[in-house]
Amino acid sequence: MTVILNQSFTGVSIGAVLLLIALGLTLTFGQMGVINMAHGEFIMAGAYTTYVLQKPIGDAGVSLLLALPVAFLVAGSMGALLEWLLIRRLYTRPLDTLLVTWGVSLMLQQLARDIFGAPNVQTTAPGLLTGSVSVAGVNLATSRLFILGFALLCVAGLAAILRTTPLGRRIRAVVQNRDLAEVSGIATGRVDRTTFFIGSGLAGMAGVALTLIGPIGPTTGTNYIVDAFLVVVVGGIGRLRGAVITAFVLGLLQSVLEYSTTVSVAKVVVLVGIVAFLQWRPQGLYTVRTRSLV
Amino acid sequence: MTTTSTPPTAAPATEPPAGPPETPFLGRFLGRFRTPAAFLLGAVLLVGVAPLVLSDFRLGLLAKYLCYGIVAVGVSLAWGRGGLLVLGQGVFFGLGGYAMAMHLKLADAAATGETLPDFMLLYGTEGGLPWWWQPFANPAFALAMTVVLPMAVAALLGALVFRRRVKGAYFAILSQALAAALAIWLVGQQATTGGTNGLTGFQGFFGYDLNDPINQRMVYVVIAVALLLLMAAARQLFVSRYGELLIAVRDSEERVRFLGYNPANVKLVAYVVAAGMAGLAGALFVPAVGIISPALIGIVPSIGFVIGAAVGGRASLVGAVLGAIAVAWAQSTLSDAWPAGWTYLQGLLFVVAVGFLPGGLASLRTVLRRRRTSSDRVGATKGVTT
Repeated sequence: MTVILNQSFTGVSIGAVLLLIALGLTLTFGQMGVINMAHGEFIMAGAYTTYVLQKPIGDAGVSLLLALPVAFLVAGSMGALLEWLLIRRLYTRPLDTLLVTWGVSLMLQQLARDIFGAPNVQTTAPGLLTGSVSVAGVNLATSRLFILGFALLCVAGLAAILRTTPLGRRIRAVVQNRDLAEVSGIATGRVDRTTFFIGSGLAGMAGVALTLIGPIGPTTGTNYIVDAFLVVVVGGIGRLRGAVITAFVLGLLQSVLEYSTTVSVAKVVVLVGIVAFLQWRPQGLYTVRTRSLV
Repeated sequence: MTTTSTPPTAAPATEPPAGPPETPFLGRFLGRFRTPAAFLLGAVLLVGVAPLVLSDFRLGLLAKYLCYGIVAVGVSLAWGRGGLLVLGQGVFFGLGGYAMAMHLKLADAAATGETLPDFMLLYGTEGGLPWWWQPFANPAFALAMTVVLPMAVAALLGALVFRRRVKGAYFAILSQALAAALAIWLVGQQATTGGTNGLTGFQGFFGYDLNDPINQRMVYVVIAVALLLLMAAARQLFVSRYGELLIAVRDSEERVRFLGYNPANVKLVAYVVAAGMAGLAGALFVPAVGIISPALIGIVPSIGFVIGAAVGGRASLVGAVLGAIAVAWAQSTLSDAWPAGWTYLQGLLFVVAVGFLPGGLASLRTVLRRRRTSSDRVGATKGVTT
């Protein structure tokens, strides 16, 4: 029983990290059909922001709280800049965007290596987040609980923005029908940039959260990016609900399989499962219904 | 409209526009025989001249680059002509490479009277040789598997994915995830696959001693001939009816479907053939370079297979091959002398080549010519990209 609970908690916390990363992706991928391989490097930027802030501030708790908005701004600005410089020129070529942003990601990784050095660095977690609480005989690491809570908060916040604000309405309009939105007077270019800013900013905050569970390095983002993309592919684009369900299901699946087999076998089984799932729902779990030929 | 699956409307120029009609007779004569003549020249340079003028070391490097060139032939077919962004060619390269390496390891072990390859003795594998290693002792089986295995995996994945019309970015991500999964799996099975170290230290190659430079030269010639033959075959495929159909699927899949073809089958053939070529390249890579390891087949090298083709010109066969060779050359030359610089350059190559010159260097002349003529015209059509 304890084992099951333990594994479930591990799975849920893997899912929470995946969710945090996939949230930004599903936004940009859903709206613009853009595969941003540099998303992982925005995570890395957020993680290094925490590291940089911690030195002058000293207090781990204050610096972590401060790092969240700062990382959002840093990663968001990087994303907006990338959108403005490159991505908006490539809207008709989504596959090429993938390769171009991969090139950007290579350069950003090397930049991090040049600035911070190749070895991983470790930030100090605030005292509150280093222990664990025991519930029903299961030790729950507080850092993991924090990430879970933070991920859910981000989902709620993003959902609220999308559902209630004028910006959210514009974003949804562009996702559903870009051409119609444009003739209705929505400045789709500006909406795109804002979306990219928010999506990349979310990646930055995910990076801050990642500093709590391990050392960070130039390849921190790359380690998560493929899994995060799989979440988006399975969850379906442009819908938060799909990303939330998929992230937790994949996280649980991963942790259960890792427990009963090995890490490497788990990866292969999850991938086979995803290909099988796409046989059933090639557009992913949830999708924006359109009449266009897919 | 769902933006993810928009077919690439701005397709790279595949063929330069036909020359001006007033070409003189000699030019027309040369034009007709240009392709066979260029092919012959390439063959003479690769097989005849290169082994004579290059040192053993340089020839070995060239053999490695040519293996990447063979992969690029497949990439040019699947991606350049078929629009399938194959980000997982490392999987097929690796399957071919490992099939060959397993046979070479077993042959080496048999030559020294052992039953297990040396690394398995080191890790103390229990229960003798794993069952899936055993058939690879047979050279014919192993040779066949270097091509059949990648093609079978590609056929299975392709059939599942294309039939359900999973395409565009989804396909690219799935193929990439496959590369990641295979590399992770290989690392995990250290006792039977050599783990991170991969398989290395081959002594013989079908009875020939690989430590003898003359046999290394023979391996080079085999690779060069394979590349030339595959390029010739790919060109025939490009100019065939199938080649036309493949381009049609790339540019407007729905229209092809309405015409009564099944785009899934068209794409499947390109994907499977490209996988077979990558497998063969992997198999030839093993005796030439002497190692196959997860680091050579994961996500990063898999994307690396694509970048060469992108730089040279994805839709142009010669461009893709030369691009792959040039990028591989630049990588080995620069990454030793200045590793950081190479990474920046590689990133920049992706951005510039794919972002601003989608036809690659092969299209440079066409692009320049078009730019010149369109700037002459008053009010040139806006929004026409290459």
